[in-house]
Amino acid sequence: MTDVNGVSNLISNAQTITSAERLGNYLGLFAELEQRSAQQSAWVRSLRENAFARFCEIGFPTTKDEDWRFTNISAISKTPFQLTRDANAPVQRESLQPFLVPGAACRLVFVNGRFASALSDLPSPPAGIKIGSLSEALARDSSTIEPHLGRHLKINRDAFTALNTALFEDGAFVYLPRRTVIKEPISLLFISLPGNEPSMAHLRNLIVAGEDSQASIVEDYVSLGSGVFFSNVVTELIAGDNSVVSHYLIEREEAQALNVSTLFTQQGRTSNVASHSVLLGGALVRNNVHPVLAGEGAECLINGLFIGKDHQHLDNYMLVEHAAPRCSSRQFYNGILDEHAHGVFHGRIIVHKDAQKTDAKQTNRNLLLSDDAQIDTKPQLEIYADDVKCTHGATIGQVEEEALFYLRSRGIDELAARALLLFAFASQCLDRMTCAPVREYLQNQVQQWLPEGSSSSALSAKETERQWEEVG
Amino acid sequence: MSILEIKNLRANVNGHEILKGINLKVNAGEVHSIMGPNGSGKSTLAQVLARRESYEVTDGQVTLNGKDLLAMKPEEAACEGLFMAFQYPVEVPGISNAYFLRAALNAVRKYGGLEELDAMDFLPFLKEKMRLLDMDERFLNRPVNEGFSGGEKKRNEIVQMAVLEPKVAILDETDSGLDIDALKIVARGVNTMRSPDRAIVLVTHYQRLLDYIVPDYVHVLVDGRIVKSGGPELALQLEEKGYGSWVEPAIA
Repeated sequence: MTDVNGVSNLISNAQTITSAERLGNYLGLFAELEQRSAQQSAWVRSLRENAFARFCEIGFPTTKDEDWRFTNISAISKTPFQLTRDANAPVQRESLQPFLVPGAACRLVFVNGRFASALSDLPSPPAGIKIGSLSEALARDSSTIEPHLGRHLKINRDAFTALNTALFEDGAFVYLPRRTVIKEPISLLFISLPGNEPSMAHLRNLIVAGEDSQASIVEDYVSLGSGVFFSNVVTELIAGDNSVVSHYLIEREEAQALNVSTLFTQQGRTSNVASHSVLLGGALVRNNVHPVLAGEGAECLINGLFIGKDHQHLDNYMLVEHAAPRCSSRQFYNGILDEHAHGVFHGRIIVHKDAQKTDAKQTNRNLLLSDDAQIDTKPQLEIYADDVKCTHGATIGQVEEEALFYLRSRGIDELAARALLLFAFASQCLDRMTCAPVREYLQNQVQQWLPEGSSSSALSAKETERQWEEVG
Repeated sequence: MSILEIKNLRANVNGHEILKGINLKVNAGEVHSIMGPNGSGKSTLAQVLARRESYEVTDGQVTLNGKDLLAMKPEEAACEGLFMAFQYPVEVPGISNAYFLRAALNAVRKYGGLEELDAMDFLPFLKEKMRLLDMDERFLNRPVNEGFSGGEKKRNEIVQMAVLEPKVAILDETDSGLDIDALKIVARGVNTMRSPDRAIVLVTHYQRLLDYIVPDYVHVLVDGRIVKSGGPELALQLEEKGYGSWVEPAIA
């Protein structure tokens, strides 16, 4: 397919600028936020102002924009969201219980976009490591953050990252000095607490992994209660030379949630970053993963699983930039779509002129469980170097009858066999997750979200847990 | 009463009649071999007995232990004690061999009113069966058949049979494509499974397997019918003369 972004951008710009009344809501919100953040450093304010100007200029995308062709975001652009204000929202610790990833080194809990220290478990980290609220860190430690925040992220073409940069109030800040190794996952739990009016939170996470450091970060989005809630998240991951970082995104908000998440990764020399996304909940979810392989020999794994039902719309937009020689990227996304769910996989790979010996691979597999389910899958390769290896492939199918018969011929009833095959399909992604507690937790979660998968005796969550302990 | 009794079985695949009236009685404790040229209906017979739903039975009866096999779903047939070793075992990425086999065994046990086995009890049992087939323990955690060689897949089928302990085992060309060492291992596994309360039906194209698993009866299947039955000596005749004398020129 040809790249017509330039043209379609012009068209969508012309349309969105005319709808100034919609931006009016954001003008007021930005002015209000500017007053509230008057204490912040000049560089932060300038970052916000530039971003807001940029947002006003480009406006929300429409389906005429090539990057948004399959996803209509009018549910976001036409809704007058309010910024959440209840800093001390009433959340009991017990209500978090169903959402806790076990074995975490520490847990940061955010409610409606703000750090909730009373709900968090944050043992004081070893010297040099910083883990906490970004807004607190900006107040205390702005100079550590300045070289990183918004430094590599490109907001020029993306309204959501621009808006996030303009309006963010809090998020997680993780700073790992050189040679720090944290084996247990760092858990970031984001709770949306929908109110009577549609509300939104712009979360900004910054993860700076120093040279030779190692860590796993889990970003987890959940809801307590129901209602329209829009989360616009940007996570910047700066992976230093030779660092090894795995990032997990879990989206399991309730059925009216709107979530646009962007993971931007700047990777140094021979760094190794894994991005694992598991999309289960939400009404409209856009999962942007944008690694820039900026140092020679860097590697990234982009692994994802999306499971949709009802009228869920789950859009995965990958933009992998090879900017240095001898880097490798692997994209594996599996989708399972039932009922009227609509999935999107857009896998864009850009190989810059100097990125010789690039090795890029992309695979997207999809199972459609109903006639009304839909998947749009689109590879997009832009290669400006001449010595590269790029492959891509996509499949769309149903549960394989051969495999189903095979399992049934061994005594497993049809429903359980289907559930087992769906879980097996999901496991192709789950098995790539190297952080065992997170993987095992997600295996159980996924079983609960899979259609007709939870009640079968062959598949009870407890059994699988044992399976992994003793067999796996 | 025969453990497996087939009367005048006729079946279509994609609208073509492949089985044209099969009659066969198999008693517990017996090993039968069904031999025939390509396209004679050997695999179709195996698949129909394993209850593949896309194969349409147009006439006849089959009883398994006195029960109407043709009314059973594949999983019911399995739970009633029928096992088919696939000619082309299916790869199931994402499910480990151990998990799959325990799920299968527990489904069969549950159907039979037995308690399900947990992983602690199941693993030693499975390992023993794998040793019998010279399967390395690393196959426990590998996805079912994925990346297995042809011989490993066939051995894995026999491991499954050993785990499920069926009353009637149908081996669909389990010998095809095996080198002599693998063939001996498979034969050893099958011979270990011979028992007075179990019947084994070997569907095969080649006489070679019967050097290692000596059947009680040999049947020649040609063009959807059993045209000749006899003892093990029939296999030797086939080896010498081929199927030619039974194949009608118009059909061959």
